[in-house]
Amino acid sequence: MDYFLELFLGGLTRGSIYALIALGYTMVYGIIELINFAHGEIYMIGAFTALIVISVLTLMGMNTIAILVIAGVIAVIYSAAYGYTVEKIAYKPLRNAPRLSALISAIGMSLFLQNYVLLAQTSDFLPFPNLIPDFEFMEPYAHIIGSTEIVILITTAIVMVLLTIMIKFTNIGKAMRAASQDKTMSMLVGINVNHVISVTFVVGSATAAIGGVLIASHVGMINFYVGFIAGIKAFVAAVLGGIGSIPGAVLGSFVLGWTESFATGYVSSDYEDVFAFLFLVLILIFRPQGILGRSEKHKL
Amino acid sequence: MITFDQIKKAVLVSVWFMFLTFPIMVIRVNPVERIVEWRWRNMLLIGVGSFILSFVWHYFIRRKELGTQKAEVGGEETIPLAQRILEKKAIYRPTLAVLGICALVFPFIFSLYQTNIMVTALIYVMLGLGLNIVVGLAGLLDLGYVAFYAVGAYAYALLNYHFGLSFWMVLPIGAALGATFGILLGFPVLRLRGDYLAIVTLGFGEIIRIILENWNEFSFGPSGIANIPRPSLLGIDLSVHAATIYIYYIMIGLCLFTIFVVNRLQDSRIGRAWIALREDETACQAMGIDKAKTKLTAFALGATWAGMSGVVFAAKTTFVNPASFTIWESIIILCIVVLGGMGSILGVIAGALVLILMPEYLRAFSEFRMLAFGVLLVVMMVFRPGGLIPNVRRTYKFEGVTETKKG
Repeated sequence: MDYFLELFLGGLTRGSIYALIALGYTMVYGIIELINFAHGEIYMIGAFTALIVISVLTLMGMNTIAILVIAGVIAVIYSAAYGYTVEKIAYKPLRNAPRLSALISAIGMSLFLQNYVLLAQTSDFLPFPNLIPDFEFMEPYAHIIGSTEIVILITTAIVMVLLTIMIKFTNIGKAMRAASQDKTMSMLVGINVNHVISVTFVVGSATAAIGGVLIASHVGMINFYVGFIAGIKAFVAAVLGGIGSIPGAVLGSFVLGWTESFATGYVSSDYEDVFAFLFLVLILIFRPQGILGRSEKHKL
Repeated sequence: MITFDQIKKAVLVSVWFMFLTFPIMVIRVNPVERIVEWRWRNMLLIGVGSFILSFVWHYFIRRKELGTQKAEVGGEETIPLAQRILEKKAIYRPTLAVLGICALVFPFIFSLYQTNIMVTALIYVMLGLGLNIVVGLAGLLDLGYVAFYAVGAYAYALLNYHFGLSFWMVLPIGAALGATFGILLGFPVLRLRGDYLAIVTLGFGEIIRIILENWNEFSFGPSGIANIPRPSLLGIDLSVHAATIYIYYIMIGLCLFTIFVVNRLQDSRIGRAWIALREDETACQAMGIDKAKTKLTAFALGATWAGMSGVVFAAKTTFVNPASFTIWESIIILCIVVLGGMGSILGVIAGALVLILMPEYLRAFSEFRMLAFGVLLVVMMVFRPGGLIPNVRRTYKFEGVTETKKG
């Protein structure tokens, strides 16, 4: 039973990280119907920026909590800035181009960002310090769930709540929902769609950066390639849940996290990635719109 | 020409990029030895570079916008240079003859090393032409194309290892296996649209690679299979040098065959069905085209060429392992198709030669190769989505009809 619980909570942690990344995918897709392939890279850049800031601050001899907060904030700012810039360079000029063009441009951007970090930094795995302390009250449960996992779960929950509030109740959230329903119509009623798209990229990138910092301190090492696999997994999660739907992305992430956790725990760990993709293929065959997605009807 | 506003904009852009690249470009940390290295020179380079690039970028954006405006007004359509050359038989035929002679004498003029590189380039020409069927003609973005390449390579390696089948026997088998796997992948993705398709095919490619890596009893795992025989000529085993030249001619032959088949396919009923499918799925169905059959043939025929070139690849390197078939291989092949011009045979050939030969001869910059590929994909899509040699639609000219009746 303990093993089951451990796998369950492990899956939950995994799922919450996927959720943080998947949100960016699903929000962008909801508005401009583009798979932002570079999203995984944005997450990787967030983790790298945090690592650099942490290293510099540690050498300056700051205390751990302060370092964690500053590194987190800077990582979020930088990821958001990268997300904004990527949109301006690679996607905005292609707003009216065929979708295939935008998709290829996104793949190019992903390739570029990976190699940019590879060349400017290193191709080796760098150790990422675990800054989250072991809480004393967690001691009795330490064999099932660690303190880092608890922090990840709580942070994810907070981000989800904030995001829901933003989308449900603020003006920009309303504008986002409007733009995702009909871009032309929302332009007619005075919404600056370009601005809305930029904000979407910024918010999506910022949540990805939070995910990046959390998972890096959970796993304990990063390199330039971590973004790609995580990005693909998160995309799978977004599709599972029904792309374009925010609760769907969260649900899909948890489902994917559990699938992977149980499959590796009970079947075999060699085929971890295969399970994720097989699951995706099965979902797409039997329910192409995802778990919570609405089925699309094409009108002529 | 350059206004104050533009300079102000460029300065802002350069400041923004200096800020953006600051942590990654300037600071390098070594967490193990606790050393921080500051590289301020990079910041200066980024600043100056982005200042200049900003002008170039805006210049080309403006030019592009002017171009689209002109097209909307209905200005004269310019015929691409390549097309004009193709139409003039007096230039086209001698050029083709010269190219043909060059290709034939190539291995006797250049060294073994050069011939080897050329064989690699030709393999990519074939892969590019195959992917061109799927992406360029049928408009299905396939990011798992390398899986079929792997199927071909492993088909030769394994069939030879277990049953001792020769190269020429496996070549059609590899092609058939490629096609089978193409259909196998095609079935579940029939209902998917562009972006979903991309991700599922990507997943498929990764699944094949992971299986090859982990299923030791079947594929010998990450260590791969070595000592695959090179093709023999009429039962005679050739020396390494002779075998390379032999493979070179096999590749030339196969490429010509591919070009011939793809060219014929393009103008056939099925080829036009693919193009119709790419342009508008709904309208295409309304015209009575069987969507499922058309998509499946595109996948199967595209994968056939990958299967064949996989067999040649295994015969050329005499060694296969899963590391040769990563997702990046698929993306390089996609780059070839995009750079050359989606749907254009001539373009894909040029794209393959440029992308594979350039990094070989610019070894000094080899580490920037993937970075450049990334930039290339974005820039091509933004400024020249048609590629180097864009595909030209077949148009019908009515000669002798000078005036059109207006009624």
